[in-house]
Amino acid sequence: MRYILSIALVVLALPVLLFGLAGVQGRISRVPPIEVFPDMDRQAKLRPQEPNHFFANGTSSQLSPAGTVARSEALQTTAGAVYRFEDAPVNSGMITGTTNFVALNPLPVDEHLLLRGRERFDIYCAPCHGRIGDGNGITKKLGVMPAVANLHDQRIVAMADGELFYTITHGKGLMGAYGPLMPVEDRWAVVAYLRALQLSWLGSSDDLPVDQQAAFKK
Amino acid sequence: MSAIFPKWTNSLPLALGAVVAVVGGVVTAGVALYATPKHTRVGYEPVQPVPFSHKIHAGQMGLDCRYCHNGVEKSWFANLPGASTCMNCHNQVMKDDPLLAVVRDSAATGKPIPWVQVHKVPDYVYFNHSVHVTRGVSCVECHGRVDQMEEVYHAKSFSMSFCLDCHRDPAEHIRPTAQVTHLDWQWSTNEAVAAEMQATNGTKFVHDWKVESLQSCSACHR
Repeated sequence: MRYILSIALVVLALPVLLFGLAGVQGRISRVPPIEVFPDMDRQAKLRPQEPNHFFANGTSSQLSPAGTVARSEALQTTAGAVYRFEDAPVNSGMITGTTNFVALNPLPVDEHLLLRGRERFDIYCAPCHGRIGDGNGITKKLGVMPAVANLHDQRIVAMADGELFYTITHGKGLMGAYGPLMPVEDRWAVVAYLRALQLSWLGSSDDLPVDQQAAFKK
Repeated sequence: MSAIFPKWTNSLPLALGAVVAVVGGVVTAGVALYATPKHTRVGYEPVQPVPFSHKIHAGQMGLDCRYCHNGVEKSWFANLPGASTCMNCHNQVMKDDPLLAVVRDSAATGKPIPWVQVHKVPDYVYFNHSVHVTRGVSCVECHGRVDQMEEVYHAKSFSMSFCLDCHRDPAEHIRPTAQVTHLDWQWSTNEAVAAEMQATNGTKFVHDWKVESLQSCSACHR
Protein backbone atom coordinates (compact mmCIF):
# COMPACT_ATOMS: atom_id res chain seq x y z
CA MET A 1 0.00 0.00 0.00
CA ARG A 2 2.78 2.39 0.90
CA TYR A 3 4.43 1.78 -2.47
CA ILE A 4 1.27 2.34 -4.45
CA LEU A 5 0.67 5.58 -2.60
CA SER A 6 4.17 6.89 -3.23
CA ILE A 7 4.04 5.92 -6.90
CA ALA A 8 0.69 7.68 -7.22
CA LEU A 9 2.19 10.74 -5.58
CA VAL A 10 5.11 10.81 -8.01
CA VAL A 11 2.75 10.33 -10.95
CA LEU A 12 0.66 13.25 -9.79
CA ALA A 13 3.65 15.38 -8.93
CA LEU A 14 5.29 15.09 -12.37
CA PRO A 15 2.72 17.09 -14.37
CA VAL A 16 2.25 19.54 -11.52
CA LEU A 17 6.00 20.08 -11.34
CA LEU A 18 6.25 20.49 -15.11
CA PHE A 19 3.34 22.92 -15.20
CA GLY A 20 4.67 24.80 -12.24
CA LEU A 21 8.12 25.18 -13.77
CA ALA A 22 7.02 26.04 -17.30
CA GLY A 23 3.87 27.96 -16.45
CA VAL A 24 0.87 28.69 -18.64
CA GLN A 25 1.37 28.04 -22.35
CA GLY A 26 2.31 31.21 -24.17
CA ARG A 27 2.91 33.33 -21.09
CA ILE A 28 4.61 36.71 -21.45
CA SER A 29 8.36 36.32 -21.64
CA ARG A 30 11.17 38.84 -22.10
CA VAL A 31 13.50 36.13 -23.38
CA PRO A 32 13.78 35.58 -27.17
CA PRO A 33 12.25 32.35 -28.52
CA ILE A 34 14.49 29.29 -28.42
CA GLU A 35 15.65 28.21 -31.87
CA VAL A 36 17.03 24.69 -31.91
CA PHE A 37 18.79 24.92 -35.30
CA PRO A 38 19.38 28.66 -35.77
CA ASP A 39 21.80 28.05 -38.68
CA MET A 40 18.79 27.33 -40.89
CA ASP A 41 16.49 29.80 -39.20
CA ARG A 42 18.98 32.65 -39.34
CA GLN A 43 21.00 32.72 -42.54
CA ALA A 44 23.84 35.04 -43.42
CA LYS A 45 21.86 37.33 -45.68
CA LEU A 46 20.70 40.91 -45.67
CA ARG A 47 17.35 41.57 -44.10
CA PRO A 48 15.90 45.06 -44.06
CA GLN A 49 16.38 47.34 -41.07
CA GLU A 50 18.75 45.01 -39.26
CA PRO A 51 22.20 45.65 -37.82
CA ASN A 52 24.86 44.80 -40.37
CA HIS A 53 28.57 45.43 -40.19
CA PHE A 54 29.20 45.41 -43.92
CA PHE A 55 28.19 49.04 -44.21
CA ALA A 56 29.95 51.82 -42.35
CA ASN A 57 26.80 52.99 -40.59
CA GLY A 58 26.10 49.48 -39.32
CA THR A 59 22.64 48.92 -40.78
CA SER A 60 21.41 46.72 -43.61
CA SER A 61 19.01 49.28 -45.10
CA GLN A 62 20.87 52.10 -46.78
CA LEU A 63 19.51 55.50 -47.74
CA SER A 64 19.96 56.50 -51.36
CA PRO A 65 22.96 58.85 -51.80
CA ALA A 66 22.20 62.52 -51.23
CA GLY A 67 20.84 64.31 -54.26
CA THR A 68 19.81 61.18 -56.15
CA VAL A 69 16.31 60.38 -57.31
CA ALA A 70 15.09 56.88 -58.00
CA ARG A 71 14.36 56.55 -61.70
CA SER A 72 11.25 54.38 -61.19
CA GLU A 73 8.31 54.54 -63.57
CA ALA A 74 6.93 57.58 -65.31
CA LEU A 75 3.79 59.21 -63.92
CA GLN A 76 0.94 59.78 -66.36
CA THR A 77 0.06 63.46 -65.97
CA THR A 78 -2.39 65.49 -68.02
CA ALA A 79 0.69 66.84 -69.88
CA GLY A 80 2.02 63.37 -70.68
CA ALA A 81 4.42 60.95 -69.00
CA VAL A 82 6.87 62.48 -66.51
CA TYR A 83 9.72 60.77 -64.69
CA ARG A 84 10.47 61.39 -61.03
CA PHE A 85 13.81 63.07 -61.70
CA GLU A 86 12.42 65.68 -64.09
CA ASP A 87 11.89 69.30 -63.08
CA ALA A 88 8.16 69.21 -63.65
CA PRO A 89 5.11 70.51 -61.79
CA VAL A 90 4.09 66.99 -60.81
CA ASN A 91 7.36 66.49 -58.91
CA SER A 92 7.87 69.90 -57.33
CA GLY A 93 4.44 71.54 -57.31
CA MET A 94 6.03 74.41 -59.25
CA ILE A 95 5.91 75.49 -62.85
CA THR A 96 9.06 74.25 -64.60
CA GLY A 97 11.99 76.64 -64.26
CA THR A 98 10.22 78.97 -61.84
CA THR A 99 9.28 79.06 -58.16
CA ASN A 100 5.64 79.79 -58.97
CA PHE A 101 3.20 77.17 -57.78
CA VAL A 102 1.26 75.32 -60.40
CA ALA A 103 -2.43 76.24 -60.28
CA LEU A 104 -3.99 72.88 -61.05
CA ASN A 105 -3.37 69.27 -60.11
CA PRO A 106 -1.20 67.79 -62.89
CA LEU A 107 -2.68 64.32 -62.44
CA PRO A 108 -5.96 63.50 -64.15
CA VAL A 109 -8.56 63.88 -61.41
CA ASP A 110 -10.96 60.98 -61.56
CA GLU A 111 -12.92 58.91 -59.09
CA HIS A 112 -9.99 56.59 -58.51
CA LEU A 113 -7.69 59.47 -57.56
CA LEU A 114 -10.28 60.98 -55.21
CA LEU A 115 -10.90 57.68 -53.45
CA ARG A 116 -7.18 57.14 -53.07
CA GLY A 117 -6.90 60.69 -51.77
CA ARG A 118 -9.59 60.11 -49.18
CA GLU A 119 -7.90 56.95 -47.95
CA ARG A 120 -4.50 58.67 -47.66
CA PHE A 121 -6.01 61.81 -46.12
CA ASP A 122 -7.67 59.70 -43.42
CA ILE A 123 -4.37 57.95 -42.67
CA TYR A 124 -1.88 60.81 -42.69
CA CYS A 125 -3.82 64.06 -42.32
CA ALA A 126 -6.90 63.21 -40.26
CA PRO A 127 -5.03 62.62 -36.95
CA CYS A 128 -4.49 66.39 -36.73
CA HIS A 129 -6.68 68.06 -39.34
CA GLY A 130 -9.68 65.82 -38.72
CA ARG A 131 -11.48 63.66 -41.25
CA ILE A 132 -13.45 66.64 -42.52
CA GLY A 133 -10.38 68.88 -42.52
CA ASP A 134 -11.63 71.38 -39.95
CA GLY A 135 -8.55 71.05 -37.74
CA ASN A 136 -10.37 69.04 -35.06
CA GLY A 137 -8.48 65.77 -35.24
CA ILE A 138 -7.74 63.46 -32.33
CA THR A 139 -4.66 65.50 -31.37
CA LYS A 140 -6.91 68.51 -30.82
CA LYS A 141 -9.29 66.45 -28.67
CA LEU A 142 -6.38 65.21 -26.58
CA GLY A 143 -5.02 68.74 -26.45
CA VAL A 144 -1.51 67.72 -27.42
CA MET A 145 -0.97 69.89 -30.50
CA PRO A 146 -0.84 73.64 -29.96
CA ALA A 147 -2.06 74.80 -33.37
CA VAL A 148 -3.58 72.88 -36.26
CA ALA A 149 -4.80 74.59 -39.41
CA ASN A 150 -8.44 74.48 -40.38
CA LEU A 151 -8.16 73.42 -44.03
CA HIS A 152 -11.35 75.34 -44.86
CA ASP A 153 -9.71 78.66 -43.98
CA GLN A 154 -9.91 81.13 -46.85
CA ARG A 155 -6.10 81.32 -46.73
CA ILE A 156 -5.82 77.64 -47.61
CA VAL A 157 -8.77 77.49 -49.99
CA ALA A 158 -7.11 80.27 -51.98
CA MET A 159 -3.80 78.40 -52.27
CA ALA A 160 -2.77 76.98 -55.62
CA ASP A 161 -2.81 73.19 -55.89
CA GLY A 162 0.96 73.32 -56.19
CA GLU A 163 1.32 75.12 -52.88
CA LEU A 164 -0.78 72.48 -51.12
CA PHE A 165 1.43 69.82 -52.68
CA TYR A 166 4.55 71.68 -51.61
CA THR A 167 3.23 72.02 -48.05
CA ILE A 168 2.44 68.31 -47.81
CA THR A 169 5.84 67.45 -49.23
CA HIS A 170 8.01 69.71 -47.08
CA GLY A 171 5.79 70.57 -44.12
CA LYS A 172 5.15 74.05 -42.83
CA GLY A 173 5.55 75.63 -39.43
CA LEU A 174 4.97 72.91 -36.87
CA MET A 175 3.79 70.37 -39.44
CA GLY A 176 6.39 67.84 -40.49
CA ALA A 177 7.23 66.83 -44.04
CA TYR A 178 4.96 64.14 -45.46
CA GLY A 179 6.97 63.68 -48.63
CA PRO A 180 8.93 60.82 -47.06
CA LEU A 181 5.70 59.01 -46.10
CA MET A 182 3.63 59.50 -49.23
CA PRO A 183 4.76 59.01 -52.82
CA VAL A 184 4.14 61.82 -55.31
CA GLU A 185 0.91 60.44 -56.76
CA ASP A 186 -0.57 60.00 -53.28
CA ARG A 187 0.22 63.61 -52.36
CA TRP A 188 -1.60 64.83 -55.47
CA ALA A 189 -4.46 62.48 -54.64
CA VAL A 190 -4.70 64.12 -51.22
CA VAL A 191 -4.67 67.56 -52.85
CA ALA A 192 -7.53 66.50 -55.11
CA TYR A 193 -9.50 65.09 -52.19
CA LEU A 194 -8.86 68.20 -50.11
CA ARG A 195 -10.39 70.27 -52.91
CA ALA A 196 -13.45 68.04 -52.78
CA LEU A 197 -13.63 68.49 -49.00
CA GLN A 198 -13.40 72.26 -49.34
CA LEU A 199 -16.07 72.26 -52.01
CA SER A 200 -18.35 70.30 -49.68
CA TRP A 201 -18.16 73.27 -47.27
CA LEU A 202 -18.15 76.11 -49.75
CA GLY A 203 -20.58 74.81 -52.31
CA SER A 204 -24.34 75.17 -52.18
CA SER A 205 -26.98 72.65 -53.10
CA ASP A 206 -27.33 74.48 -56.42
CA ASP A 207 -23.98 72.98 -57.46
CA LEU A 208 -25.50 69.49 -57.46
CA PRO A 209 -26.92 67.97 -60.63
CA VAL A 210 -30.59 68.89 -60.94
CA ASP A 211 -31.88 65.37 -60.31
CA GLN A 212 -29.93 65.19 -57.00
CA GLN A 213 -30.97 68.63 -55.74
CA ALA A 214 -34.48 67.54 -54.86
CA ALA A 215 -33.25 64.59 -52.84
CA PHE A 216 -30.76 66.81 -51.02
CA LYS A 217 -33.33 69.43 -50.02
CA LYS A 218 -35.76 66.89 -48.64
CA MET B 1 14.35 -26.66 -10.28
CA SER B 2 14.82 -23.53 -8.33
CA ALA B 3 13.29 -20.37 -9.61
CA ILE B 4 15.74 -18.20 -11.59
CA PHE B 5 13.53 -15.18 -11.26
CA PRO B 6 11.88 -14.43 -7.94
CA LYS B 7 8.15 -14.22 -7.87
CA TRP B 8 7.87 -10.43 -7.82
CA THR B 9 9.28 -10.26 -11.34
CA ASN B 10 5.91 -11.48 -12.59
CA SER B 11 4.52 -7.99 -12.11
CA LEU B 12 7.62 -6.26 -13.55
CA PRO B 13 6.35 -5.92 -17.16
CA LEU B 14 3.15 -4.32 -15.91
CA ALA B 15 5.03 -1.94 -13.63
CA LEU B 16 7.48 -1.03 -16.37
CA GLY B 17 4.60 -0.50 -18.77
CA ALA B 18 2.89 1.79 -16.31
CA VAL B 19 6.03 3.84 -15.71
CA VAL B 20 6.71 4.16 -19.46
CA ALA B 21 3.10 5.20 -20.07
CA VAL B 22 3.16 7.84 -17.35
CA VAL B 23 6.59 9.24 -18.20
CA GLY B 24 5.81 9.06 -21.92
CA GLY B 25 2.51 10.81 -21.37
CA VAL B 26 4.10 13.58 -19.35
CA VAL B 27 6.90 14.05 -21.90
CA THR B 28 4.43 14.09 -24.81
CA ALA B 29 2.18 16.56 -23.05
CA GLY B 30 5.20 18.66 -22.10
CA VAL B 31 6.50 18.79 -25.66
CA ALA B 32 3.07 19.55 -27.08
CA LEU B 33 2.48 22.31 -24.55
CA TYR B 34 5.89 23.84 -24.21
CA ALA B 35 8.14 22.87 -27.11
CA THR B 36 5.94 24.10 -29.96
CA PRO B 37 5.72 27.68 -31.26
CA LYS B 38 2.48 28.10 -29.34
CA HIS B 39 4.71 28.42 -26.31
CA THR B 40 8.20 29.21 -27.59
CA ARG B 41 7.10 32.19 -29.68
CA VAL B 42 3.75 33.23 -28.26
CA GLY B 43 4.11 35.72 -25.45
CA TYR B 44 7.55 36.99 -26.48
CA GLU B 45 7.56 40.60 -25.36
CA PRO B 46 11.04 42.07 -25.61
CA VAL B 47 12.06 45.19 -23.75
CA GLN B 48 12.18 47.96 -26.34
CA PRO B 49 14.55 50.93 -26.29
CA VAL B 50 11.54 53.26 -26.14
CA PRO B 51 8.39 52.16 -24.27
CA PHE B 52 6.21 52.86 -27.33
CA SER B 53 2.56 52.09 -26.64
CA HIS B 54 0.49 50.80 -29.54
CA LYS B 55 -2.46 50.93 -27.15
CA ILE B 56 -2.22 54.72 -27.01
CA HIS B 57 -1.22 55.40 -30.61
CA ALA B 58 -3.30 52.84 -32.51
CA GLY B 59 -5.99 52.21 -29.90
CA GLN B 60 -6.83 55.43 -28.10
CA MET B 61 -5.79 57.83 -30.87
CA GLY B 62 -6.90 55.57 -33.68
CA LEU B 63 -3.86 56.20 -35.86
CA ASP B 64 -3.93 53.97 -38.90
CA CYS B 65 -1.24 51.25 -38.89
CA ARG B 66 0.00 52.67 -42.17
CA TYR B 67 0.78 56.08 -40.72
CA CYS B 68 3.99 54.55 -39.37
CA HIS B 69 4.26 51.24 -41.24
CA ASN B 70 3.81 53.12 -44.49
CA GLY B 71 5.51 50.62 -46.78
CA VAL B 72 3.36 47.66 -45.84
CA GLU B 73 1.11 47.88 -48.91
CA LYS B 74 4.01 47.97 -51.35
CA SER B 75 6.74 45.96 -49.76
CA TRP B 76 7.28 42.41 -48.54
CA PHE B 77 8.13 43.72 -45.10
CA ALA B 78 6.25 46.07 -42.81
CA ASN B 79 8.81 48.76 -42.20
CA LEU B 80 9.48 50.45 -38.93
CA PRO B 81 9.04 54.19 -39.28
CA GLY B 82 11.99 56.52 -39.46
CA ALA B 83 12.42 58.68 -36.38
CA SER B 84 11.32 61.64 -38.50
CA THR B 85 7.84 60.09 -38.58
CA CYS B 86 7.77 60.09 -34.78
CA MET B 87 8.94 63.69 -34.78
CA ASN B 88 5.95 64.78 -36.88
CA CYS B 89 4.11 64.85 -33.55
CA HIS B 90 6.84 64.52 -30.95
CA ASN B 91 8.53 67.72 -31.99
CA GLN B 92 5.67 69.17 -29.93
CA VAL B 93 4.19 66.34 -27.89
CA MET B 94 6.38 65.30 -24.92
CA LYS B 95 9.16 67.15 -26.65
CA ASP B 96 11.55 67.18 -23.70
CA ASP B 97 10.61 63.81 -22.24
CA PRO B 98 13.72 61.75 -21.36
CA LEU B 99 11.97 58.56 -22.56
CA LEU B 100 12.04 59.97 -26.09
CA ALA B 101 15.69 61.03 -26.00
CA VAL B 102 16.61 58.06 -28.21
CA VAL B 103 14.05 59.14 -30.81
CA ARG B 104 15.18 62.76 -30.84
CA ASP B 105 18.77 61.63 -31.08
CA SER B 106 17.92 59.32 -33.98
CA ALA B 107 16.04 62.03 -35.84
CA ALA B 108 18.93 64.45 -35.39
CA THR B 109 21.82 62.12 -36.23
CA GLY B 110 20.27 59.40 -38.39
CA LYS B 111 21.48 56.72 -36.00
CA PRO B 112 18.83 53.98 -35.98
CA ILE B 113 16.74 53.28 -32.89
CA PRO B 114 17.65 49.73 -31.79
CA TRP B 115 14.09 48.35 -31.80
CA VAL B 116 13.89 44.64 -31.05
CA GLN B 117 12.06 42.63 -33.69
CA VAL B 118 9.17 40.68 -32.18
CA HIS B 119 7.74 38.77 -35.14
CA LYS B 120 10.39 36.88 -37.04
CA VAL B 121 9.76 34.05 -39.45
CA PRO B 122 12.72 31.77 -40.14
CA ASP B 123 14.96 32.89 -43.02
CA TYR B 124 13.80 29.94 -45.14
CA VAL B 125 10.26 31.34 -45.11
CA TYR B 126 9.22 33.99 -47.58
CA PHE B 127 6.34 36.11 -46.40
CA ASN B 128 5.05 39.09 -48.34
CA HIS B 129 3.06 41.68 -46.40
CA SER B 130 1.78 43.65 -49.37
CA VAL B 131 0.03 40.76 -51.09
CA HIS B 132 -1.81 39.96 -47.87
CA VAL B 133 -2.92 43.44 -46.81
CA THR B 134 -4.01 44.46 -50.30
CA ARG B 135 -6.13 41.29 -50.57
CA GLY B 136 -8.09 41.83 -47.40
CA VAL B 137 -6.04 39.90 -44.85
CA SER B 138 -6.08 42.08 -41.78
CA CYS B 139 -3.05 42.78 -39.60
CA VAL B 140 -5.00 41.28 -36.73
CA GLU B 141 -5.04 37.82 -38.34
CA CYS B 142 -1.33 37.36 -37.63
CA HIS B 143 -0.44 40.02 -35.08
CA GLY B 144 -3.47 39.97 -32.79
CA ARG B 145 -4.95 43.04 -31.14
CA VAL B 146 -1.85 45.21 -31.32
CA ASP B 147 -4.09 48.22 -30.69
CA GLN B 148 -4.68 46.86 -27.18
CA MET B 149 -1.04 46.09 -26.41
CA GLU B 150 0.87 48.43 -24.14
CA GLU B 151 4.03 46.71 -25.34
CA VAL B 152 3.91 44.49 -28.40
CA TYR B 153 4.08 40.75 -27.78
CA HIS B 154 3.97 37.77 -30.08
CA ALA B 155 0.26 36.87 -30.12
CA LYS B 156 0.01 34.02 -32.62
CA SER B 157 2.17 30.94 -33.07
CA PHE B 158 3.51 31.54 -36.62
CA SER B 159 3.95 27.82 -36.98
CA MET B 160 3.63 26.32 -40.45
CA SER B 161 0.18 25.00 -39.67
CA PHE B 162 -0.81 28.51 -38.59
CA CYS B 163 -0.08 29.73 -42.12
CA LEU B 164 -1.70 26.71 -43.73
CA ASP B 165 -4.91 26.99 -41.71
CA CYS B 166 -5.59 30.25 -43.50
CA HIS B 167 -4.19 29.21 -46.88
CA ARG B 168 -6.50 26.21 -46.91
CA ASP B 169 -9.55 28.31 -46.10
CA PRO B 170 -8.92 31.96 -46.98
CA ALA B 171 -12.64 32.80 -47.19
CA GLU B 172 -12.84 32.53 -43.39
CA HIS B 173 -10.15 35.17 -42.86
CA ILE B 174 -10.64 37.74 -45.59
CA ARG B 175 -12.35 41.11 -45.15
CA PRO B 176 -13.08 44.27 -47.17
CA THR B 177 -9.75 45.95 -48.00
CA ALA B 178 -10.87 49.21 -46.38
CA GLN B 179 -11.10 47.40 -43.03
CA VAL B 180 -7.70 45.71 -43.09
CA THR B 181 -6.14 48.10 -40.57
CA HIS B 182 -9.26 48.31 -38.38
CA LEU B 183 -8.37 45.56 -35.95
CA ASP B 184 -11.66 45.57 -34.06
CA TRP B 185 -13.79 45.51 -37.19
CA GLN B 186 -16.47 42.85 -37.59
CA TRP B 187 -19.30 42.27 -40.04
CA SER B 188 -21.88 42.53 -37.31
CA THR B 189 -22.10 42.52 -33.53
CA ASN B 190 -24.45 39.58 -33.90
CA GLU B 191 -22.20 36.51 -34.16
CA ALA B 192 -24.56 34.46 -36.30
CA VAL B 193 -25.04 37.30 -38.77
CA ALA B 194 -21.29 37.97 -38.82
CA ALA B 195 -20.50 34.32 -39.58
CA GLU B 196 -23.12 34.27 -42.33
CA MET B 197 -21.76 37.44 -43.94
CA GLN B 198 -18.18 36.20 -43.62
CA ALA B 199 -19.11 32.99 -45.41
CA THR B 200 -20.86 34.65 -48.35
CA ASN B 201 -18.57 37.66 -48.72
CA GLY B 202 -15.40 35.71 -48.01
CA THR B 203 -16.09 33.34 -50.88
CA LYS B 204 -16.95 36.27 -53.11
CA PHE B 205 -13.73 38.15 -52.25
CA VAL B 206 -11.59 35.06 -52.85
CA HIS B 207 -13.14 34.75 -56.28
CA ASP B 208 -13.26 38.45 -57.22
CA TRP B 209 -9.74 39.29 -56.04
CA LYS B 210 -8.29 36.10 -57.50
CA VAL B 211 -6.91 35.05 -54.13
CA GLU B 212 -4.72 32.05 -54.81
CA SER B 213 -3.69 31.20 -51.23
CA LEU B 214 -0.98 28.90 -52.56
CA GLN B 215 -0.21 25.70 -50.73
CA SER B 216 2.74 24.57 -52.81
CA CYS B 217 6.06 24.25 -50.99
CA SER B 218 7.76 26.88 -53.12
CA ALA B 219 5.11 29.49 -52.35
CA CYS B 220 6.83 30.16 -49.04
CA HIS B 221 10.08 28.16 -49.23
CA ARG B 222 11.48 29.74 -52.34
